[in-house]
Amino acid sequence: MSKKNKWLSAPYLGFILCGTVIPLLAILYFALVDKNGSFTLSNLASVAEPVHLKALGLSLLLAFATTVICLLLAFPLGLLLRKSGGKKGFVIFLLILPMWMNFLLRTIAWKILLQKTGVINTILGALGLKSLDIINTPTAVVLGMVYDFLPFMILPIYNVMIKIDNSLIEAAYDLGASQARVIKDVLLPLSMPGIISGITMTFVPSMTTFAISEILGGGNISLIGNIIEGEFLRGGSRNVGSGLSMVMMVFILISMALLNKFDKNGEGTVV
Amino acid sequence: MANILELEHISKSFDGELVLDDLNLEIKENTFMTLLGPSGCGKTTTLRIIGGFTTPDTGRVLFEGRDITNLPPNKRHLNTVFQKYALFPHMNVGENIAYGLKIGGKSQSYIDSKIDYALKLVNMDGFKKRDVTQLSGGQQQRIAIARAIVNEPKVLLLDEPLGALDLKLRQDMQYELIRLKNELGITFIYVTHDQEEALTMSDTIVVMNQGYIQQMGSPENIYNEPENAFVATFIGDSNIIDSVMVRDELVRICGVNFPCVDTGFGVNKPVDVVIRPEDVVLDEAGKGQLDGVVTHLIFKGVHYEMEVMAGGFEWLVQSTVMQPVGKEVSLRVDPFNIQIMNKPESEDEEAVVVDV
Repeated sequence: MSKKNKWLSAPYLGFILCGTVIPLLAILYFALVDKNGSFTLSNLASVAEPVHLKALGLSLLLAFATTVICLLLAFPLGLLLRKSGGKKGFVIFLLILPMWMNFLLRTIAWKILLQKTGVINTILGALGLKSLDIINTPTAVVLGMVYDFLPFMILPIYNVMIKIDNSLIEAAYDLGASQARVIKDVLLPLSMPGIISGITMTFVPSMTTFAISEILGGGNISLIGNIIEGEFLRGGSRNVGSGLSMVMMVFILISMALLNKFDKNGEGTVV
Repeated sequence: MANILELEHISKSFDGELVLDDLNLEIKENTFMTLLGPSGCGKTTTLRIIGGFTTPDTGRVLFEGRDITNLPPNKRHLNTVFQKYALFPHMNVGENIAYGLKIGGKSQSYIDSKIDYALKLVNMDGFKKRDVTQLSGGQQQRIAIARAIVNEPKVLLLDEPLGALDLKLRQDMQYELIRLKNELGITFIYVTHDQEEALTMSDTIVVMNQGYIQQMGSPENIYNEPENAFVATFIGDSNIIDSVMVRDELVRICGVNFPCVDTGFGVNKPVDVVIRPEDVVLDEAGKGQLDGVVTHLIFKGVHYEMEVMAGGFEWLVQSTVMQPVGKEVSLRVDPFNIQIMNKPESEDEEAVVVDV
């Protein structure tokens, strides 16, 4: 970049400074001091408390389940979209359409659908079927997360997959591969950058969500995000909240580093 | 020699546009056959139908007498070398070559020995562990060939495999391919739009245009005796002149009677005459068959290329002897260098577009 244009990055740098660097430093500071301002490691250590460990464990489990389900839905869809000609624009449009609406609204809509006296159960009742009892359970939270984060899995996978040269697929068939082997030996490995990117973009928000678990968990599901929210906003200690945030951040950074190891080409990663 | 492949009445259209129209082709065992033509002539579609990547709308493909029209590519005993190499970027050279053998369930020791053999055959010894994305275009092409031939196909399909290489490398690879074909003793079906490539390598050339076979024959046959104006212009440079066949063995070109060797065209019948530029001999004015004036002169390296205005026609002449612009000369053509062709019968046949 020429010197002349350097000022162009100034607004962005200012934004990063105020929006990311300063808050991060503040959290780091609060995490390392107690109420009175003296240095302590107890905020970080508080992650070892059973209630926090349990929340962290549940967060990991639900985030893992969400990511796996999204991947199982997105990869075959990517394969289908690779093949379909002119129709794929419309399918992608349908996928992106819900993203135009605020995700909180969409989550609340799920609550209305799933409630004990909600739309689904009313219909099931009218048909004389057993009611669906999943509201306020981890299942409902996972369902909400899959619904909200699925596009973030599909789009990177789709983007990488449509760029795979068709002659590679034909070459594999030519050498005798069955369709299953073409997918396993060629399409899957070559889609890896998109898959890694998709995993990142679904796992991280699933891991840190508190709104979805709040709305669809009805206060029964305590994820690490809910605990941190409670510490900050509902009469807890912002020091403990900061400590837990720092621990979670390190957690995510480690998982991302591990993921990126699989992604040799560095294509398609977002972090 | 028996036919290894037969195409019977193959037609194919894409989006309502007819690409192949009732194509019939017999391919003999152990030949180097080239499908030659401009882009859009149907040559690649023909190859893809043989490879199983495209299903014809009508007609049959026979492999050793067996109908394979609806057999998918992974069930055919043919292998393809793709235009853009199509090497798997996530596998190294050895893994790429081994892929077909692994699918075939061959033992590791067999696979290893085959890889070594194939690498030697394409002069890429010691490249087994290399990353394919680090190789040059020519090297990638050799690996693509190695990957195909380790499976011991009876027919190897090559889709403009040298198109992306530079001229020198292309010429080297042409000789390599001839050597490979002779060593392997299998049939090569080669698609190209490069007439020189076709003339250098082929046993048989099939010239195609607009979904039809224009002419099929040996390189000498195609070059020396083109059957129509399309073949004559597509293969090499030519003078194609409106003429009249006076009688057997005599043709009137630019108002002058030239003896020729062709017979059976009738009396006073309009024909097209093809004369290759290197077959036109320039003599001193008045000493040849047709007088003219040199209008253009270009030095081409091996020869000079001149244009001579004679009898109302601009003749293209190639000669190692230079004649300056403006000089009065006389043209002479030996009877056996005059090739007579029937005029195209329909407008359709005439409407050929050569874009190379």
